Formats: sequence, C-alpha cells, structure tokens
Amino acid sequence: MALPNKPKGELKAVVDPEIVEHDVDILIVGGGMAACGAAFEIKKWAPADMKIVLVDKACLERSGAVAQGLSAINTYIGENKIEDYVKMVRNDLMGVVREDLIYDLGRHVDESVKLFEEWGLPVWKRAEDGGNLDGSKPAPTLREGGAPVRTGKWQIMINGESYKCIVAEPAATALGADNIFERIFIVKMLLDKNTPNRIAGAVGFSTRENKVHVFRCKSAMVACGGGVNIFRPRSTGEGKGRAWYPVWNAGSTYTMCAQVGATLTMMENRFTPSRFKDGYGPVGAWFLLFKAKVQNGLGEFYAGGDAAKAELSKYMPYGASAVTPTCLRNHLMINELKEGRGPIYMATDVALGAFMDEKKAAGMDEKDLKKFWKHLESEAWEDFLDMSVGQAGLWAGANIEPEKIGSEIMPTEPYMLGSHSGCCGIWTSGPNEDWVPDVGADKGRSHQYKWGYNRMTTVDGLFTAGDGVGASGHKFSSGSHAEGRIVAKQMVKFVRDHADFQPELKQSAQELADELYAPVRRYHEFVGASTAADVNPNYCKPAGLMMRLMKATDEYGGGVATYYMTSGKLLNICLDLLELLREDAAKMAAGDLHELLRCWENYHRIWCVETHIRHIEFRKESRYPGFYYRSDFPNIDDENWKCFVNSTYNPDTEEWKCEKVDCINIVETEPWI
Amino acid sequence: MPSYVDPSKCDGCKGGDKTACMYVCPNDLMVLNVEEMKAYNQEPDACWECYSCVKICPQGAIFVRGYDDFVPMGGQVHPLRSSDSIMWTVKFRNGNQKRFKFPIRTTAEGAANAYVGQNGADLDSEKLFLESDLPSPN
Repeated sequence: MALPNKPKGELKAVVDPEIVEHDVDILIVGGGMAACGAAFEIKKWAPADMKIVLVDKACLERSGAVAQGLSAINTYIGENKIEDYVKMVRNDLMGVVREDLIYDLGRHVDESVKLFEEWGLPVWKRAEDGGNLDGSKPAPTLREGGAPVRTGKWQIMINGESYKCIVAEPAATALGADNIFERIFIVKMLLDKNTPNRIAGAVGFSTRENKVHVFRCKSAMVACGGGVNIFRPRSTGEGKGRAWYPVWNAGSTYTMCAQVGATLTMMENRFTPSRFKDGYGPVGAWFLLFKAKVQNGLGEFYAGGDAAKAELSKYMPYGASAVTPTCLRNHLMINELKEGRGPIYMATDVALGAFMDEKKAAGMDEKDLKKFWKHLESEAWEDFLDMSVGQAGLWAGANIEPEKIGSEIMPTEPYMLGSHSGCCGIWTSGPNEDWVPDVGADKGRSHQYKWGYNRMTTVDGLFTAGDGVGASGHKFSSGSHAEGRIVAKQMVKFVRDHADFQPELKQSAQELADELYAPVRRYHEFVGASTAADVNPNYCKPAGLMMRLMKATDEYGGGVATYYMTSGKLLNICLDLLELLREDAAKMAAGDLHELLRCWENYHRIWCVETHIRHIEFRKESRYPGFYYRSDFPNIDDENWKCFVNSTYNPDTEEWKCEKVDCINIVETEPWI
Repeated sequence: MPSYVDPSKCDGCKGGDKTACMYVCPNDLMVLNVEEMKAYNQEPDACWECYSCVKICPQGAIFVRGYDDFVPMGGQVHPLRSSDSIMWTVKFRNGNQKRFKFPIRTTAEGAANAYVGQNGADLDSEKLFLESDLPSPN
C-alpha cells in the first residue's frame, strides 16, 4: 500500500520554476467583463506599436462572474435620466457613494449594451401586443430604438447563456491571441525602483507549467473581481462551491492594489444577498418580472405590513424610497427569522397563478392559456438555467415545480464586491472635468475626487474597474464592461503623457520566483515528516487554512453564525486571529500547481478580509443594517459618519492608516429620490 | 453540484494540446490524467456548477450530480449546446421531465465586430469609441 503523503493533482510543482520576463507597455490583469471592455476599447486609442497584454488566471471565454451566463443586464439607462440612476444607487447604498463615478458610468454604460447586442447577445424585446419576444426574434435593435423588456427600472432581460463568450470574442480579436496569456495567476503588483508610488510591473505563475512570469509595464489595470469564501458559507460540504458570487474570486483585486499602497474605500461595505436557499438562484426576476412576494412562516406578506413600514421609518431618508434599499430588505427578513417567524418563502405559486388568473379573467381560451403557460414556465426556468443551473438542479432533485409550491429564501454569507449591490473597493480618480469636485488637494489623493486620470488609483499608473472601483455600486456586468473601456483610454493617455518612463523593478526576477514558489519548497522540504498528505507539523495546506479563516470571520466578524452581529470587542479578536493567520499563511505548502494557486488565493483572501474588519471596526455605527450590525453602535449615525472611510497601507512602513473622507453630493438632494 | 466524468465516454480529447474541460474550467478543477487518458474534477467542493465543462465536452462525457450536502438524489439537469441555441433537459427525482430551448447567440461564432483598425479621435476627452457628446449632471 502506498502511503498517502504524495503531491495531489496531475501537475506536480518543482522547486525551481523557469522564469520568463516580459516587457510590455500596458498590462491588463483579469479576464472578466471589465478586462474584456478594456481589451476591446484600448486598441481604438493605442498607437500600433504599443504592446498590450491581458493576463487571465482562467480562460477568457468563460472567466469572471459572467462565466456561467446571466439572464438579465441590470444596468441599462435607456429612457431614464442618469441623475435618477445616481439617486437610486446612492439610496440603495445608504448615502455614502461617489456620485461622480456613478454618473460617469451611467453615461457610458448603454454603449456597452448596444455593442453586446451587435456582437450577438440576444436581447428580449417588447412585442407590439405587449408580450415578450426572446432575443432571437426579429425586432429593431437597441441602437435602432427597439424596446427592451424591462424588469424594474434599470434591468433588461436577455438570453444570456453565452454572454461571456460573446463579450470575450471581440476582446480577443482586438488584442490578438499572442497578447492574451491564459492560466497565469498574477499574485503581486510591483512598484518602481526609482520613482515613488509608481506601478512598474506584476508577477504571477502558470497553473499549467512550472513557470514564473515577471512583467514590466508602464501602466496596469487590475480587475479580478470581488471576494468569495471569505466568510464561512452556509453549506460547508460539497455545497461550499455553490457560492452566490463566483467561487474563484479571491479578493485578489483589493489585496494586490492595497499592497502597493493604493487607497481603499468603503471596505466596511459587504453584500449579503437574500437568495433561494442552498442553490442561491437569482430572485430578481421573481420579484420584478413575475411580481412575486415573500411570506414569513405564518403566511404573512410581512414586507408590505405596518410593522415593516414602522421599522423602515427608523432609517430615513433611505427607508422612504419605493424600492427599499437591499440591506434594509434583508434587515426586515432577518427580524422575522430572529423572532422565530421563519422560514421565509418566495411565493412563486401565488405569483405564477396570478398571471394565469389575469389571462383567464381577460377571456383567454384554454388553448391560448396552455401556450401562455408554456411560455411563462419557460421564462421562469430560463432565469435559473442561464445563470444558476444548480438552483434548477436543486428543484429537480427536490421535485419542486414553482407553480405548485413556493421556495425558501435565505440571506447568504457575506461577500465583498464593488459592482453589484455593494461598494467596497479602491479609491479612484473621477473624470477630469469641471463638474467633479475639486477638493482635498492639501490632504492628498485619498481626499481628492480627481487627479488627472479617470479611474486611476492613488498609485501612479495603476488603474482598476468593475468590482475594483469602490463607492460606486450597481454597475453589474454592463457597467463593469463600460468601466473597463473608460480605463483603457486613460491608460493609453497615461502612457503617452509619461513617455520617458522606463520601469525598473525593486526585486530581481529570481527573488520574485523564490517568493511565489515558497509553498512548493516548503512542501518538498517537509513532506517526509508525516505519512499523511495534509497533516504535518511544519506546514499547513490551503484548504485547511481557508476553513480557519472562514471560521474566524464568521464567529467574530459578523457572519451567519451571529446573524451578522459583531462589536468592537469581537472585531478586535478577529483582527488578532487574522494576524496569526497571516503568520501561518507563510507556512502554506503546495505539492502541485493547483494547490499553489489555492495558496496564493488564500493570501489574497486573508488580506482582503482584514481590510473589511479594520473598516468595520473604524466606523462607529451600523451603516448597513441587514448586511452587518455593531451591537455597540447599533444605529446609523449620519451626523458623524455620513462620510467615506478610506484606508491606505504603506508598503515601506507596513502600517495602515484609516481616515474619514468627505462625501459630496453632486446630484440634487431635494428630493432625495 | 459537482461535475463528474463518465469514463466510458471520455477520451481525454485524445491527448491533444487542449483537453476541452481542462481548458475551460474557470476554477482550474478539471484535469487530465495522462496515463488513463481520462479527465476528472479534482476539487468537487470548489465547483460552482457553472456547466462550462459540460457544455464544451465534445464527447458529452461530463454530467453533474447534485451537491451531496443538500440536493436529494435522482434529479439531473443536462444541456446540449449548439452554435445558436441551448436545449436543457430537466429530469426530476420523481421521473418527470421538462425540456427547454433558448437562443444563445444571433451572430455566427467569430463574427463579433472588434472594429479592428478603427481609431478614436481625441485621446484627451472622456468620450469613448463610437460615443457622441457626453452629458454632465444637472
């Protein structure tokens, strides 16, 4: 019998990887919607001899949050006013947002959606009889003035199974296959040796061969999504993979930018979506398209009741809007659950029944009713099959037909992101235009709203987009793509304006390779100390360390274990645990390339969560009831805390600085909505 | 709901330079064992069930079995994806079956226009390619 202490996986890691060095002008780190937007747009502005490379840890046609597909595009301004979009976002995110960034996004996003449709994405259209046409039926395009099927004010429906493949295609064509490096995981951004606060490169490794890749660049964009598996999930077995947000988003964007000194903003914000229990299928279409409501365990539609209205009135002006902010909707649900009035059910049966009743009342005959039902049923299932197949699998396994029985809804574990209904991220410059507030010059970029290059971080030459840009949520897929396009142009401008700059790295390529492959060396040095693969006194494995991280954040940082409740005392215990975790993370070991990937994702997760805990600790209030609560400061305190919290890590002194930053309204505040 | 490989159907993509499932998995889960010339999911509890491997497998060798910590056994959801549409078969635990077909793309694969060779006009404005005048807030 062979002892089990051998490297796992198929691609064994060796202690001395080959080193490959690259000199490029612009580096795009990430392969999701933002990166694809940047790749497409950048060739429209770059001189022909500018070398532009995109590096993706997966493969472009199915990477990022849209890998599986989507059933809707959640941001399309269309007939609406951009100012109203800003108002919606600021209210949903409880008042503390960068209105300049949101407005700017609103004026670029529709062009991305029109491009998607032109590239082949089927967009549902409103038929002349008021019915819905799927995206393959002949109808005027959005660019030609075609009417999309709205579900709510900002969303439009699509047949989006191949959304990412379609968006990746022109991105790949534009850059050229030779400039797209797949299966390389960038793990560190690198500063210049000679010019302070200046990006000069990045380093990563291949997950297919034993190679470390060192890049020197003049400008870079980091857009690698948000943070997942940072709090203990409700499903801790196989179902751990069924995260709501893509399980491969490891907080890399925030960590890599923070480590080179980029100022972060609103890292206290998190997103705790309420979704169909366990399968985490989307609820948006059920609420907005099918007009479904949620019931508590007593059968009450509690969200519309007097008690809910009274509760919401405690959170003015935010609670007064027609569409209640996402966190406050959670708050109402959590109150029901805590009072023992669970479970919460989405009344899918009532909603679908109402559609049929309406048609019957209007005199529709049996044959047409049958046809109508087939269409309605198909729309309901497509919502899952386009973007959350696992939910359909759960329904199939549990014999659930949504027209016959409702399904349970549950607030999930917390996630960190900046593009969905959340706004943690990196502090960036807004557009260099007169309407953007010109403030804070005496205090430095962490207090300014613009410093020359739109979406540049506080580090020269370093840009971000999508989940990376903080204080500017509700971009979703289309907005992330548009933001990538914004960044593309700015990077070209930055490189043009700094034509003399020649990047030089602080560390040698060999030093960087040694650092990246440290877990492999540790593995080989100590593997003989135990007969078991994962139990060794000299090292820990990434899978175990991730569980330790998630247990610490769940129990002390306001996870599901405590119904999202924490306090200053608990947060400081969490920070102590994270410090030990960071020390032990240096003892992770990897026997194969997949495990090495997991090691570095964990480094990113730990850092990312630490910034989150640090920000919640600094902000002495509970800004997002329903996302998290501080028992010691249970209320929203607009008088003292209607401001950004920005934090900056100093890479030289290794110290953190947290500070309050003024939040300035650009769009009218009367009326607030 | 982790994906799994039917060994009677998987041919490891004949050891070509790209094993399709390994090429596409966003989370680096699908790997080829070259001795057996079969692929497998190396970390089922990190599977997002995005179905990318199922959809791309040229042999139709990859399926999904519901997560064992919450999905009752016996159901299955399986797609057949073509160049312009996808057909889903949903098999329930009780044997009932439903089929749904949805469009996925209105252009031919490879036809998405990247506007190769076309350039924007003014690098110093905030206007992006194809955009006309930009508004500012009222």
